[in-house]
Amino acid sequence: MSDHPIKDDVSGVDTTGHEWDGIRELNNPLPKWWIYTFYACIAWAAVYWVVMPAWPYFWDGAWHHTKGVIGYTQRNEVGNELKLVAAGRAEVMKQIAAMPLQDIVKNDNLMEVALAGGKAAFGDNCAPCHGSGAQGSKGFPNLNDDDWLWGGTLSDIETTVTHGIRWETDADTRENMMPRFLDDSILKSDEVNDVAEYVLSLSGHSTDAAAAGRGGAVFAKNCVACHGADGKGNQKLGAPNLTDQIWLYGGDKATVVETISHGRGGVMPAWGGRLAPATIKELVLYVHSLGGGQ
Amino acid sequence: MTNAAKRLEALAAEAANAASAGSVLHEDAEPAKAIDWQSHSPLYESRVKVYPKLVHGNYRRAKWLLMLVTLSIYYGTPWLRWNRGVGLPDQAVLLDFPNRRFYFFFIEIWPQEFYYITGLLILAALGLFLVTSVAGRAWCGYACPQTVWTDLFIHVERFFEGDRSARMRLDKGPWTLSKVLRKAAKHVSWLVIGMLTGGAWVFYFADAPTLASQFAHFDAPFMAYLFVGIFTLTTYSFGGIAREQVCIYMCPWPRIQGAMFDESTFLVSYKEDRGELRGPHKKGTSWEGRGDCIDCAQCVAACPMGIDIRNGMQMECIQCALCIDACDEIMDRVERPRGLIGYDTNDNQERRRRGEAERFNLIRPRTVVYSIVLLLVSGLMLVALINRPTTQLGVLRDRNPLYVVLSDGSIRNGYTVKIINRDNVARVFQVAVEGIDGAHLLTPTDASGAVDAEVGADTLKDFRFFVSVPRANLSALANGEAALRFVVTEKGKTDSTVGETTFRGPTQ
Repeated sequence: MSDHPIKDDVSGVDTTGHEWDGIRELNNPLPKWWIYTFYACIAWAAVYWVVMPAWPYFWDGAWHHTKGVIGYTQRNEVGNELKLVAAGRAEVMKQIAAMPLQDIVKNDNLMEVALAGGKAAFGDNCAPCHGSGAQGSKGFPNLNDDDWLWGGTLSDIETTVTHGIRWETDADTRENMMPRFLDDSILKSDEVNDVAEYVLSLSGHSTDAAAAGRGGAVFAKNCVACHGADGKGNQKLGAPNLTDQIWLYGGDKATVVETISHGRGGVMPAWGGRLAPATIKELVLYVHSLGGGQ
Repeated sequence: MTNAAKRLEALAAEAANAASAGSVLHEDAEPAKAIDWQSHSPLYESRVKVYPKLVHGNYRRAKWLLMLVTLSIYYGTPWLRWNRGVGLPDQAVLLDFPNRRFYFFFIEIWPQEFYYITGLLILAALGLFLVTSVAGRAWCGYACPQTVWTDLFIHVERFFEGDRSARMRLDKGPWTLSKVLRKAAKHVSWLVIGMLTGGAWVFYFADAPTLASQFAHFDAPFMAYLFVGIFTLTTYSFGGIAREQVCIYMCPWPRIQGAMFDESTFLVSYKEDRGELRGPHKKGTSWEGRGDCIDCAQCVAACPMGIDIRNGMQMECIQCALCIDACDEIMDRVERPRGLIGYDTNDNQERRRRGEAERFNLIRPRTVVYSIVLLLVSGLMLVALINRPTTQLGVLRDRNPLYVVLSDGSIRNGYTVKIINRDNVARVFQVAVEGIDGAHLLTPTDASGAVDAEVGADTLKDFRFFVSVPRANLSALANGEAALRFVVTEKGKTDSTVGETTFRGPTQ
């Protein structure tokens, strides 16, 4: 029902002129500041549609969106911010790239940057195998300890990180081989058992002295070339020290027998060419600082 | 319309008649009418503008003095200097967010000592409770920034537009050039005061002389301009535009205060027993059979909240006591004793009505309890402040890896030791471990672990340490865990600070 607006006696406010079943609605408009703010928002939205990426549309079998006249995207924004960060770091990264590792260690400021950067690079590239705390796992060395297959000096670590281990595409990669003594019929299975006992006895874990005694001869004939007469290994060849308490694959007898029988040959990628030289240096310094660096 | 409001209007009409009869007491064209806040029941109500009239008297003088003192403290404090030593700020009161320090004269607060601020807030709250239980909303009436700045802004308004009646005339009148100029001058002055207020505020957060010179050269940090802008606008709108509405609608305190009053609290009150029956009085006529209140409504005209104190205690009343001065002025002129409106207690109102003698009861359970708690908290804070250590130690054990087995079978744990040096000079510390036999301290670069850990003046520094326990001593690790203590001693001193931690190895 439509009616002429009248003044309501009780409130003194005009009605809207509408009446439903005897009920008339008072005309109390929204506050002006609210209305104008609302209009301003509408105007803002219209401008926004043109200026910023806004509307999705389907065209030619795929979804697109309007790009906006200033070409803003959040992806660009992040890219620009990353560029700014890299530019901010450029100077110190240049210093790290130019300075020998031994000198960086003595420079507190560069070390602070290098260790922080190394930690981040380690998390990005190394943690999948070596663990986020560099604690390693079976077959992947723990980098915190003082036992090194290929050497724990700064330059040894740098070589390992740059060229990798058994990484076929890198000519300078570290290369060696633990033979498959049983599989390739170099040893018989009782000889494998004996030499396993002997290896365990080097670190005081043997349970069968007689077998260990027999194994000594087998060891002298087959293993000393790499592991040395005293079983202490050879870092030049990447042969592990068998007399210490650290086992890459496990120090129980079954695992040792498995290692001797089937051989071992873990692989580490060569990071040279994949990471910037300064990043590799940061990684080396970080790994070296974990507690085992020599 | 409520009865009270009707009565008020009737009284006002009477007063108006009296005024037209030639009473010298009514300087205004029409008598002041109180805003009856309670009976304004609609959901939305336009503000009824309040035109407080200038009064003279002891309370007004006290308030001028308090305004001078509080504004001086506010504007002056950032300029006080305090020597703390080389490399540290020399501003007596400084909230240094970038360096995460609060300086307050000889006190320096680190973020982890924020409980001192909590303590201060507790003290402020308790102080407010105590004052309120003794003398009502004395804080609101005399010292609250809202009151002080509003008072200042009203004074500025009065300077440009005249007193109450002149202001009312001006607002009703047409927009003449004079009106435009007066209003413009007033608003500009308000904005300038607001800007100075914001300008002083930012000085608490940066070195005041440096920032002032930056402002002078227009190269201050953006944040400084932003906050000056915010404070300019808030001061202008709170002190100039919103005024009493801040107290009535925005501030929670008026709603809480009711719990702090009791019948012995001193409140600005109209002494009904003396004032009623009120009514206009002609000079020379008898005061017999009537009250002292001549219904001149000067108390209403003076009230910055626009209320009538004669309606009794009201939530809107900020206890500013200006109505006391207004009434005393009138009482002097009608040659009646002062104090028809004055500080009074509900208890005494009742006692006078019953014909008993007045009594003043300051020592009541609530004042005693508030005082005791106030003293306790102050004492606690003082003791904590005096015994505040200058060296503090935080030991974080590496969790990843939990422990490392070394080639000789010993177990090594890694720790980050944070040493806090709160002294104003750099200090060198020596670190040792104890608690496990054979435990050996080393650093990533030094196998002996005997490093001099130097911590700069007033800073915190992280140090990496390793602790290794030989295979022979691993039996000390019950369930793979043993308590370990880091002992940090300043070089050449004997006092040491101990940080508790644990050492972990494989569970057997």
